[in-house]
Amino acid sequence: MAEVVERAATTQAAEMWVKCPECATLAFRKEVERNLNVCLKCGYHFPLTVEQRLAIVADRGTWRQIDSELKASDPLGFVDSKPYWKRLEEARAQTGRNDAIVTGTCEIEHEPIALGVMDFRFMGGSMGVVVGEKVARLFAHARRNRLPVVLFCASGGARMQEGILSLMQMAKTCTAVARYRDLRLPYVAVLCYPTTGGVAASFAMLGDLNLAEPGALIGFAGRRVIEQTTGERLPPRFQRAEFLLEHGMVDAIVPRRKLRSTLANVLRLLKNSPRHDS
Amino acid sequence: MALDKKNNKNHKHARSGSESADSAAQISRPSAIDRVKLARDPRRPQTLDYIERFIDDFFEIHGDRRFGDDPAIVAGIGRFRGRPVALVGHQRGHSTAERIKRNFGRPNPEGYRKAARIYELAERFSLPLITFLDTQGAEPGVGAEERGQAEAIARNLELMARLTVPSIACVIGEGGSGGALALGVANVVLMQENACYSVITPEGCAAILWREATPDKVAEAAEALKLSAHDLLKLGVIDEIVEEPAGGAHRDYEGAAYKLADAIERHLVKLALLSPAALRRHRERKFAAMGKKFLVTKNVAKVSVFN
Ligand SMILES: [Zn+2]
Repeated sequence: MAEVVERAATTQAAEMWVKCPECATLAFRKEVERNLNVCLKCGYHFPLTVEQRLAIVADRGTWRQIDSELKASDPLGFVDSKPYWKRLEEARAQTGRNDAIVTGTCEIEHEPIALGVMDFRFMGGSMGVVVGEKVARLFAHARRNRLPVVLFCASGGARMQEGILSLMQMAKTCTAVARYRDLRLPYVAVLCYPTTGGVAASFAMLGDLNLAEPGALIGFAGRRVIEQTTGERLPPRFQRAEFLLEHGMVDAIVPRRKLRSTLANVLRLLKNSPRHDS
Repeated sequence: MALDKKNNKNHKHARSGSESADSAAQISRPSAIDRVKLARDPRRPQTLDYIERFIDDFFEIHGDRRFGDDPAIVAGIGRFRGRPVALVGHQRGHSTAERIKRNFGRPNPEGYRKAARIYELAERFSLPLITFLDTQGAEPGVGAEERGQAEAIARNLELMARLTVPSIACVIGEGGSGGALALGVANVVLMQENACYSVITPEGCAAILWREATPDKVAEAAEALKLSAHDLLKLGVIDEIVEEPAGGAHRDYEGAAYKLADAIERHLVKLALLSPAALRRHRERKFAAMGKKFLVTKNVAKVSVFN
């Protein structure tokens, strides 16, 4: 919310420039955008909005959203520094959507797929009842229509304000993945900045293939929690995509400009199973 | 689903005496944070205490065949009231030495991968699965991250979801986050009356949402998280509350074990009527329904089961 106000207040001139948080290079926003929001100098991948992600991944004009009307209520009547329902209203106003994921169908290089894209700007991409339901419905939709599933994950984890119900969404989404997998259809998860906590420990890590964006933060426990528990200072690249690749936890780190062709390729390779079972 | 309703009814009937005592002394009901303290009490019976009391011929397995053995998770096979079963549980430890040895019941990936071996064994040999949830959460450590803590937990969730044998999860202490849930995707979820089950510890929640984990904020977070057995029954997350002996399970291990075993047996008998495919469907439907009644498509500020 504060960010929106701040951004509205900045002058047109500042909007024209963007500073890379990795190498501090100042560049024309337009130029960075043309480069798929990747720093021209060091290759840092700026986080994408859902719309930017769709524009990069989906064939033009093929995206159809499903289940966009689903909203969370406030099951626990949760209040911390402000009531949960108020946080939800603010997040909806800020992002223009009802919760932290959009789901639907599209084509990638003419390959029809079911696609989910998480929105980190909506309460840190946290998974509550709506995200759980939409992910489960996406897999069900893909099952009925025999489509591959591609999921872009960007989430801090479970939505604490929905308490135990948010935890149960981990079970719910994994149950949906299990059912989908029985049809021998491919599921590719793309882990973006960040994929942690309850989302990492459920559907995000269950892809037949797990891809990661360069520099993406991926892990179970938060850095601060680990530092507090172990009393160790962690190296800066700890839990980054490169760290996961090194430890055998992701299949490939795919730069943004190669993402579309990589996805299309692996989906084609996994598509035509010679087996004929229901 | 129909099975569950009937159980709740039976259960209410069985404890109608203590219910009225409770409502008479509504004010003296323990606060949420007191419940958490009770659930964490190291004197409370743990997985091995229950195994010792109602599992015969127990054979404990060790190791995940990939990295090592995790003493924070106990897994094995044994006989429950005559029939062979598969067992997995967190073990926190009672004495300081045991607690350190068992990492306070906080599993590493190898613990979850050991559990996965038992899930697969249960499936291959048609053994009903009984699990015991009792952990603050999975170990947050460098090694755990390097060895894929998230993947290990996620894989367990999928494996449990796939089982075509009856499964019963018992929350016996503090059920904390994905680290507990990795043992919890079962046909029936039982919870002892003084246990708690939550997405995050009250301390963790307070540190993040209240930005400080002072005793006051932690108590507030515990209240807000709705983590007691009664809250979870209302939310449809558990199937039945298992009564504990007067004063809590730690006062009477035999009594607590007897009540828990009775509840497990009652559910196992009912689940045994379902076919393998129906068992999986039953579990799928149960978890697909989690929180679904709180979804809306119009603007509603609040649909809560609490006032
Ligand atoms: Zn840069």
